Amino acid sequence: MTLTQETPAPSEPVPARRRWRVGSVEVLAAVLVLVVLLRGPITRSLATPALQTWLTVFVSVLTQAMPFLVFGVVLSAIIAVFVPPSFFTRALPSHPAFAVPTASVAGVVLPGCECASVPVAGALVRRGVTPAAAFAFLLASPAVNPIVLISTAVAFPGQPQMVIARAVTSLVVACLMGWLWQAFGKGSWLRMPSRAHLEGMAKWPAFWASVRHDVLHAGGFLVIGAASAAIIAVVVPQSWLAHLAANPVLAIVALGLLAVLLSICSEADAFVAASLTQFSLTARLAFLVVGPMVDLKLFAMQAGIFGRRFALRFAPATFVVAILAAAALGPVLL
Amino acid sequence: MNKQAQAVILLLVGGAVLRASLTGQYLNYVKAGLQPYLVAAGVLLVLVGLFTLWYELRPGHRHEHEHEHEHDGHGHAHGGPKVAWLLLAPVLGLLLFAPPALGSYAAGRTGSAVTARSEYAPLPAGDPVRLTMLDYASRAIFDRGASLGERRIELTGFAMRGPQDSWLLARMMVSCCAADARPVKVALGGELPEGLADQQWLRITGKYSGRELQDQVNGEAIPFIEVSEVTLIPVPQEQYES
Repeated sequence: MTLTQETPAPSEPVPARRRWRVGSVEVLAAVLVLVVLLRGPITRSLATPALQTWLTVFVSVLTQAMPFLVFGVVLSAIIAVFVPPSFFTRALPSHPAFAVPTASVAGVVLPGCECASVPVAGALVRRGVTPAAAFAFLLASPAVNPIVLISTAVAFPGQPQMVIARAVTSLVVACLMGWLWQAFGKGSWLRMPSRAHLEGMAKWPAFWASVRHDVLHAGGFLVIGAASAAIIAVVVPQSWLAHLAANPVLAIVALGLLAVLLSICSEADAFVAASLTQFSLTARLAFLVVGPMVDLKLFAMQAGIFGRRFALRFAPATFVVAILAAAALGPVLL
Repeated sequence: MNKQAQAVILLLVGGAVLRASLTGQYLNYVKAGLQPYLVAAGVLLVLVGLFTLWYELRPGHRHEHEHEHEHDGHGHAHGGPKVAWLLLAPVLGLLLFAPPALGSYAAGRTGSAVTARSEYAPLPAGDPVRLTMLDYASRAIFDRGASLGERRIELTGFAMRGPQDSWLLARMMVSCCAADARPVKVALGGELPEGLADQQWLRITGKYSGRELQDQVNGEAIPFIEVSEVTLIPVPQEQYES
C-alpha cells in the first residue's frame, strides 16, 4: 500500500493564466449546440426506413456492447494496476508452446462478449504475458465461455454435437493462431499505447485513468465497427444468401464472411445461425467459429488496441484458419 | 481532446445509457434482461467522468497531466484519443434521435425464422389461449398443428404486406440486441378489417387451418391463422419477443 501525498509541486510554476484558445471543450459544446439546433432537419433526413433501420441497429449494437466493454475495461484496469506481473509468470507455463493452450482454456472463465476480451488481452500483453498466449485467450474467451455454449445449446435443441463442435473448433483455432504467432509473429507489428503515465501514479488514480482511457479508446473504435456492421445489415439483403447455400464450399466461405460483416455478439450468434436453415451445419459452424474471432467491430477494436499493422495481419489469418478448421472438423464432429 | 472534454463525453455516454435503461427506451434495442448491466455500466461511466473532472479541477493538477500525455505516440495529440469523438454519435442517437424498434421494413428483408422443438406440450388453459408468435408458428409448421387442434388462439404482432397480396402478422425476436433480430411471420386468413396499415400493431384471435405460404426471402413456410377477431392496439413497450 503506497500512501502518496499529493503536494502541489512548487518547483513547477503553474502558468498564471493561459491564453484562451479554442480547446476541445469549446468544440464539444459547439457540436452539441449545433446538433440540438439542427435536430428537426436531421430527424427528417433520417426518416426513410433504411436509414431508420441503420440507426436502430447502430444504437443497438453499442447499447448491447456497452456493459461488456465497461466490464472488460474495468477488468483490464484491475490487471494493469492491481495484479502484479509476477502473477502471470507463475500462472502460465513458461514455455510459450504450453502457455498457448493453457491461455485458450482459461478463456472459459471470462463470461463476456468479445468486446470485453480485446481490452483484457491488451492489458495482459502490457503486463508481460507472452503475446501468443494473450492472443489465444483473446480468440478463445468469447467463443468457449459457458454463456455462449449454453445459448448455442438452446438455439440448436436436440443437437448437442453443435455445442461440442463449436467449443472444440474454436479452441483448435485459438491454439493454432497462438502457435502461428509464436512461429511467425513479429513484435514490431504491435503498436501498443505506452502507459508511462500510469507508472508512479497512486493505485486508485491509476485505476480510474486506465478505465477512462480504455473506454474512450476502445469505445471510439467500437463506434466505427458498429456503424459498418449496421450498414451491412441494411445494405445486404438476406435473399442473396439463398443462392450461395447450394454450393457446399461456397456456403462455408459465405457464412464465414457474413459472420465478419454482421458483427453479432457471440452470445446471440447461435440463434442467427439456427435461423439460416438453408445452409449446411458445417457452414453454420464456420459462422459460429469465425464470428467471435473476426468481425468488423473486433477488427476496429484490435486496430485500436494493438495497432493497425497487427490487425491487418492477424484478422485475415484468423479468418483463414477458422474457415479451414470448420471445414475440416465440421464433417467429423457434426 | 483534453481531459475535461473526455470527462464530458464519459458523462454523456453514461447519462445516455442510464436514461435509456431507466425509461424503457432500451427495450427498442436490446433484450429486457440486460437492464441491470446497462444501469451498472451507466453508473460506472458517470463515476469515471466525475473522477476525471475531480482529479482535473483540483488546483495545480491540470497542467502537469497534459504534458505527460503529449507524446504517447498513439494519435493522442492533445491528451486523449481522437477516436473518442466518435462516441458522440451513439450519445446523440440515444438522446436526440431515439430510433424506433425494428419493424416491417426489417422484417420484410429477413426470412421468417421458426425453429423446431423436440416436443410440443399441450396448450395451456384459456379461451382464447395466448401464445407467442414463435410458439404458434413452430406448432403450426413442425407439429402440423396437432397440438393446436380447434382451440382459439390469440397472437400479438404488427401487420405487414406479404406475398400474393396477403397480410402478415409479424414479430421480431431478439436474443441480444436488434442486430440479431429475426422475424416470425404468420399469414392472416379470413375476413380482415378495411384499412389495415403497414406497421400497425394488432391483437388477433383465430384458429389453425393448415394453409401455408412461402417466405420469398428464405423459402421457409409461413403458416396461416384463420382470423375471427382483430383489435388495433397501441405499440407495446416490449416490441421484441425473446
